[in-house]
Amino acid sequence: MAGLSREEVAKVARLARIALDDAELERFTDQLAQVLEHAADLEALDLAGVAPTAHPHGLANVLRDDEVRESLPRAEVLAQAPDVAEERFAVPRIIGEAP
Amino acid sequence: MNAIKVAGSVGSGATSAVEVVAESLERIAARNEELNVFVHLDPEGALAAAARVDERVAAGERLPLAGVPVALKDNLCVRGQPTTAGSRILAGWRPPYDATVVARLAVAGAVALGKANMDEFAMGSSTETSAYGPTRNPLDPTRVPGGSSGGSAAAVAAGMAPIALGSDTGGSIRQPAALCGLVGVKPTYGLVSRYGLIAFASSLDQIGPFAATVAEAALVLEVIAGHDPLDTTSLAEPAPELSTHLDDGVAGRRVGLCRELVEGADPEVVAAVARAAEALARAGATIEEVSIPELKLGLSAYYLIAPAEASSNLARYDGVRYGLRVEGPDVEAMNVATRTVGFGDEVKRRVMLGTYALSAGYYDAYYGQALKVRTRMIEAFARAYARVDTLLGATAPSVAFALGAKTQDPLAMYLSDVFTIPTNLAGEAALSVPFGTGEAGLPIGVQLLGPARSEAGLLAAARVLEAEEGR
Amino acid sequence: MSLPEGWEMVVGLEVHTELLTRTKLFCGCANAFGAEPNTQTCPVCLGLPGSLPVLNRRAVELAMAIGLALHATVSPSTFHRKNYFYPDMPKDFQISQYDRPINAGGYLDLPDGSRVGVERAHLEEDTGKSTHLGGTGRIHGAERSLVDYNRSGVPLVEIVSAPDIRSAAQARAYAAELRGILIASGASDGRMEEGSMRIDANVSVHRVGEPFGTRCEMKNLNSLRSLQRAIDYEAERQYALVASGGVVRQETRHWDEDRGVTSTMRSKEEADDYRYFQEPDLVDLAPEAAWVETVRAGLGPMPAERRARLAALLEDPTEAQLDAVGTVVDLGVDGFVEAAVAAGVEADRAIARAANELAGEAHERPGLSEQSFAATLRLEQSGDLSATQAKTVLSTLALAGGDPATVARELGFERMASGELEGLLERLVGEHPDEWRRYDEGDDKLAQFFTGQVMRATRGQADGKAVLEVLRARRGR
Repeated sequence: MAGLSREEVAKVARLARIALDDAELERFTDQLAQVLEHAADLEALDLAGVAPTAHPHGLANVLRDDEVRESLPRAEVLAQAPDVAEERFAVPRIIGEAP
Repeated sequence: MNAIKVAGSVGSGATSAVEVVAESLERIAARNEELNVFVHLDPEGALAAAARVDERVAAGERLPLAGVPVALKDNLCVRGQPTTAGSRILAGWRPPYDATVVARLAVAGAVALGKANMDEFAMGSSTETSAYGPTRNPLDPTRVPGGSSGGSAAAVAAGMAPIALGSDTGGSIRQPAALCGLVGVKPTYGLVSRYGLIAFASSLDQIGPFAATVAEAALVLEVIAGHDPLDTTSLAEPAPELSTHLDDGVAGRRVGLCRELVEGADPEVVAAVARAAEALARAGATIEEVSIPELKLGLSAYYLIAPAEASSNLARYDGVRYGLRVEGPDVEAMNVATRTVGFGDEVKRRVMLGTYALSAGYYDAYYGQALKVRTRMIEAFARAYARVDTLLGATAPSVAFALGAKTQDPLAMYLSDVFTIPTNLAGEAALSVPFGTGEAGLPIGVQLLGPARSEAGLLAAARVLEAEEGR
Repeated sequence: MSLPEGWEMVVGLEVHTELLTRTKLFCGCANAFGAEPNTQTCPVCLGLPGSLPVLNRRAVELAMAIGLALHATVSPSTFHRKNYFYPDMPKDFQISQYDRPINAGGYLDLPDGSRVGVERAHLEEDTGKSTHLGGTGRIHGAERSLVDYNRSGVPLVEIVSAPDIRSAAQARAYAAELRGILIASGASDGRMEEGSMRIDANVSVHRVGEPFGTRCEMKNLNSLRSLQRAIDYEAERQYALVASGGVVRQETRHWDEDRGVTSTMRSKEEADDYRYFQEPDLVDLAPEAAWVETVRAGLGPMPAERRARLAALLEDPTEAQLDAVGTVVDLGVDGFVEAAVAAGVEADRAIARAANELAGEAHERPGLSEQSFAATLRLEQSGDLSATQAKTVLSTLALAGGDPATVARELGFERMASGELEGLLERLVGEHPDEWRRYDEGDDKLAQFFTGQVMRATRGQADGKAVLEVLRARRGR
């Protein structure tokens, strides 16, 4: 694991939709690099053939029946919204379509 | 104020829930400004709820937590009450629903006082990352109460409420319990429903109780545990019986004094753990020294897995549907402005770390590798539990530290979770129980760990240590 | 349209279909099209903090039904999060399936005999819907957008074909056949106009024998016709680009139906780092064999089998008759044809009437049963009703229901006695002597004229065949 670069941190910040000024970029790069350096002990391990664990317990097939439950009152839903128009959540213009 | 005594007294009609809650509110009024324990209080609501409990008692209902005031960590949703997870980005948000644990406490007759301070999105070990200012340790206000559930711990330690709920992702119940001289339980993953708990790291998060005594913690856990169809990861079994096993003792129990769970701790902490082992031995347990080298990898794995999940869990705070919005010329700019202003540094650090660990080209080296370490950790625990029933170690490396001591050094802060993290990675059970004091008379917590569903045995062992201390 | 000799296009289709469940994929909100905005939402499908998904059993069954109908293997699967920011996606990640889909490795045989591989058919959740204010109402140039989350969390199955398709017509045939299968399996209503079936097309061109070219993904293909036109346009665009020394860039392109062109929507860039990881809030899905077999056993016959069954009723069928068979199967009204044939109606008549008179949705004809359809066609076959009368009876039954003979009587559709018809024609011949002379001299086109006159006079109640018979009988008298 090579050292973390400022460019990589800047890219990650863009992906996470967080803006960083130059000083923050510098500071976060140092701090994240430290944490990743600590994580270098993982890289040294030979874990080929070890199955990953995404869940602590191996549960499977937990399902619910296809039965309608009451939805929330719309007024309550929209009351929390920063901006509403025509009973919908309003946002500034969207640049670019969904992938 | 002891929850069991309160419930008995209110349940028998000797006192009213309204009187009990009023007393709690007085204690809060006396010290909340100094300690910053509650970020949101609803005195009228609490008194009204208490009055309803009194009516239910009068109508003959038997309520296990009749009139017991409870502090709720601010990441538990309460319908209509501000719920911020300690973050500016959720300022003003009022959930339209109750967390399952909140509903279960209410059914049992407990009365929620308000929302207790916490590290922002539970990311921290000192309650200093809260957007609403740090909470101070009631035992020494120059020190931290631990975190991330520091407000919940402080509420109980300051006598504001006999019980509190917190959440534990890497030690966030056990570590503040240790630093505030309380019992804190991290239940088996899936024992308590996460529905309505604002997620930090979904595969690690678990809700659990704080209380001054083992018996109170056991009672609360019995009330909140048990299968919930709204949480797919909830274990499909009823709540375990805990209170009836409190005095089971540890005779014949094999206890492993785990080297990796004391290594690097302050000498006074190491000594307290050794004395705990002796106390358990006197009560009939056999003590064995064990070593589980894999536990040392826990910290690194945790600081990849938890941020990775968090980076995704926290994406929804985008200014569109609820909470903070900082306007921008287009939706992406609005998202960025909202998140930049709404998140504190620690959250930004972890979100970026997690985004990095999951991103193309790094997934295998970081996140993928961490998941495999998690497998190793589970296997290593399983081998240990084939030899011993319970593991014993420290909860935190030191007693409560001074405010500001670690805020400039994230890695040092992360290291204070080193003993608690492995249990979360394995999805197993552990608790912290006060045992002895250290520097400046501050409490030390020792940690008891067991396999999944071992809560009854851990609580019984904790009861032995508690009795040894004369509680 | 075609590419020059030696060149070919390579097409793969990604088809998203909404599932016909009562509720959404991960919550109990109703899955219904057309409700008032934001009235079918809850903490889960709004992605509120603290909410957790719980998987819908029926959605899993319908996904398996699709897989089995496409000859795919149902396997243990997991859910992943696909992370990207978009305002119509309340969690800013989509719960989907990634490296372990529920169905993999199937195929679809087309009516022309070709086979298209199906790589996978996986479960995922739908997004909300944005509308755009200001500008043209399209996303570009809009001042702001409004989001309705009713659709958020509606169950989808994405069916990904192998890049086996080599023409726009074949792509269209694949989509049409797949639509039939989705409807036949009970998983989808297949309504492209309501967006319950949506198609994206990956198109590339290459010289035969050389590696595949760089592909572009077409979006906004809202009908089978758009699909075919867009693919043809895009293949020609790419060929022209490559032939003039240019390079195709991998990108997503938007089909403009009005202008008949595709244009760049977004290029594949950094934003495509979706950071997939396993959804920690959901556990594995591992349908046991017995469950899979129950779903398989519940599957009715698929369109190909049904077409063959209907075609077998016809002797030496014509193209037009086979088209009608296809329509009957598309409409899902095979049962009407079979009931009519069982009641003694000629297959040709039953298929033609079903194809033409039973278009539209079943709920639009609540009063028409297979039995009353069959009985009406019997009345037509016996000559008690003319073709026009039979159609009127069918449309009346559709709305009001009832017994066909009674309905016919109430409509005044008495069988016209041949004497009555002859009397009417006598009068018409008198009124139109020139026309009659020309017919009488052998101009058969005038038969149509007199039939028309009879129909007008009887308000369509006469039997066209009987009119022709009477006309022929008068000839040369």
